[in-house]
Amino acid sequence: MLAQFGFGVFVLTFILALFSVGAAVFGYFDKSDRWVEAARRAMQLTFPLITLASLTLAYLLVTGHYELQYVYSVTSNDMPFYLKITALWGGQAGSLVLWSWLMSAFASAVTLRKWERDRELLPWVIVVTSVTLAFFLSLTILYENPFARWWQTTGGDFVPHMFAPAGAFPVTPADGQGLNPLLRHPGMIIHPPMLYLGFVAFVIPYAFAIAALVTGRSDDRWIRLTRRWTLVAWLFLSLGLVLGMRWAYDVLGWGGYWAWDPVEISALMPWLTGTAFLHSVMIQEKRGMFKQWNMLLIILTYALVIFGTFLTRSGVLSSVHAFAQSAIGPMFFAFIGITFVISIALLIYRWKDLRAEVEMTSMFSREALFLLNNLLFMGILIVCFWGVIFPLISELVTGQKVTVGPPFYLRANGPLFGALLALMGIAPLSAWGRSTFKTLGRALWKPSIPSAIVPVVLAILGVHNWIALVGFTLVAFVIFVTLFEFWRGVRSRQKKNDENFLVSFWQLAGRNRRRYGGYLIHLSMVVMAIGILGIELYQTTTQKTLAVGEDIQIAGYTLRYDSLAQFPYTDGRIVTRAALSVYRGGKFLSNLYPRYDYYTASGQPMTIAGVRSTLADDLYVVLVNWENVSAAQAPFKVYHNPLVNWLWIGSLMFIFGFLVAAWPQREEETRQGNT
Amino acid sequence: MQKSRPIGFQGRVKFILGGLLILAAVIYLIVSATNANAEYFMTVNELKSKGSSLVGRSLRISGAVIGDTIGYDPQTMNLTFEIANVPGDNASIEMGGGLAAVLHAAVTDPTRGRLTIVYNGPKPDLLRDEAQAIVTGHLGQDGIFRANELLLKCPTKYQEAVPSQVVNGN
Repeated sequence: MLAQFGFGVFVLTFILALFSVGAAVFGYFDKSDRWVEAARRAMQLTFPLITLASLTLAYLLVTGHYELQYVYSVTSNDMPFYLKITALWGGQAGSLVLWSWLMSAFASAVTLRKWERDRELLPWVIVVTSVTLAFFLSLTILYENPFARWWQTTGGDFVPHMFAPAGAFPVTPADGQGLNPLLRHPGMIIHPPMLYLGFVAFVIPYAFAIAALVTGRSDDRWIRLTRRWTLVAWLFLSLGLVLGMRWAYDVLGWGGYWAWDPVEISALMPWLTGTAFLHSVMIQEKRGMFKQWNMLLIILTYALVIFGTFLTRSGVLSSVHAFAQSAIGPMFFAFIGITFVISIALLIYRWKDLRAEVEMTSMFSREALFLLNNLLFMGILIVCFWGVIFPLISELVTGQKVTVGPPFYLRANGPLFGALLALMGIAPLSAWGRSTFKTLGRALWKPSIPSAIVPVVLAILGVHNWIALVGFTLVAFVIFVTLFEFWRGVRSRQKKNDENFLVSFWQLAGRNRRRYGGYLIHLSMVVMAIGILGIELYQTTTQKTLAVGEDIQIAGYTLRYDSLAQFPYTDGRIVTRAALSVYRGGKFLSNLYPRYDYYTASGQPMTIAGVRSTLADDLYVVLVNWENVSAAQAPFKVYHNPLVNWLWIGSLMFIFGFLVAAWPQREEETRQGNT
Repeated sequence: MQKSRPIGFQGRVKFILGGLLILAAVIYLIVSATNANAEYFMTVNELKSKGSSLVGRSLRISGAVIGDTIGYDPQTMNLTFEIANVPGDNASIEMGGGLAAVLHAAVTDPTRGRLTIVYNGPKPDLLRDEAQAIVTGHLGQDGIFRANELLLKCPTKYQEAVPSQVVNGN
């Protein structure tokens, strides 16, 4: 009963979304405010409706209605309550529902204001968001219905279906399969929604961009109106990526955080275009340049967001069967293709209106360096895209399946990331407009001197890897430039206002939040780079089968295998846990407990590493999956990951920098309101 | 916003050259990295037919694990096993009645092409008879495949999309 109700609500919402598209288009061409208003109301009504349907689904999940195929596939009796809730996005059908729900929430929020000053944009914002929403709702209704239930056909097969197939009778399993063990992690609560928040929020600036193209407004209003949306989308996407890395590091047990698999890359690609967009819109706001380019970037970001949603849906990539059988693949490609072609056509149509107001004059001006930044991000995007599609292309052309792995991405992207680091240091010192090699050089030499000492010191300390030397020098360079910039700003304020240093610092950052928040984000990026350089270049690993009392050495540490315990856990897994003690130079440091969980219901094992984390390095011990366990001896794999903690520290700094940059600025708001 | 003086043809050439330079750099990076790191996906039979021309290349081979051939020394962590040829394309797998049936047929048919795999590392517990193994590594002169990565799938078990188990080599 409840399932039919939920399904009915989705159908109703879908019709409402289509109505809102029609009403908005009609209202725009008929110049009828009443129709546009009707479209707006219809759009806003989708939010409570999808909320209702989602709550229905959540209730069915929590109460264990296993007669529903979706509930059966992602929950089971032994799962804790919080995981039953997260099961809402634990499978394909549910995560499409989450997408729709977020889309309707954001679209409603952005149309809460009536946009008196930008009235002509409103109908097209409604059209874009409603079309996107209707697309996802149609997938839910036609292909991935979370409310479909199990039926047994006359032939004895079990099939999921919304309505009874001829002659079939309903069946209800006693227990579900349960969520994939890899997803049974507290990270599940926060990582997928974060990524989705980021994905969906990028639809809003895209909607305004398309509205600006359709209505022919070539000014930067659409950028100013959606600046905060873009920032929020970028924040959530960034956090979603970092949380995913952390989850992989904690749960997957292979000692790393990023494997360059197509699903990860598909989440990274919209981040790359989004980050480029975030930078280049500043040039449009400040100088009236890059208008066409910004449009292209946001169009690309939208296409990549939809592409990413499609790829990250479990089952699509690694299981080729699901891909072939589900009609969802062709639907996604059709939708991406159609929206992309229409968007590009609109951009070409308005191409001349979007010409730059000033021409770029110097290759060393700040706008030129921003352009370079954008090109580097695009370069990384092309590398990633190539890596994902290369197997398809080579199979089409030569008939031979060829793939590229992590070494390809590291080798091709490494120099580009290095160049981005260098640029992060140089760009803040350049000037707008006419900046020459000389003026830039004059600004650069001061922070360059302490940076030049870094490789010398490192080489004396025994670092001889040239990638590490270049990398850490660039990191130091960005840090010195950024601190220098802060210092310069504070000094000039101090002189002018006769304040003490701290007051000056606070005031300075408070007055130019965007700028200094941006610097803090740059700092957080280089701090993350320290962690990445550390683990990528200096990770060491060793493995050994240890008898109780034996030890294994790595990077100056000694790990002794003390004991093994095996016990069942309440949620239906059998935990095998080893205890090791860590020594360094004969001194006891800590105990580590690597685990091996076996989920009896699904038969899937999971390896949880024991980690000792310090600012200098991580000791990461895995109790390797094994058969015929005997407490007397067990195989271990140990990783030594230098500096990796800085990756997570940098992520926290990133949030702080973001808050500084995005915190509402009272003066700015009122000034904008008056213009 | 003041209008600045147009930069003219010469100025523009500078930018175009700069852009082309970056484009060339990106293309160079992609081409060189692709050449250095391409992994060829093959079935056991394809590997056998190409033979020694593939020695030294980075390869990724998929096959059915033959349970009787698994040998493992827990002290040295040396693992050896043989895989039997299974078709690489999904159409033939579907025709053969699904992955489980195809793997079963491959293991029980002694005439199938076989390949010996050597791997150093802990023995994954999904490594068992009729599992699908995807190994990445190099073919030696002796015709033995030295794997540095071992990925296993058991079609009869958990039907999820995530690969059941990934083991990274040294």
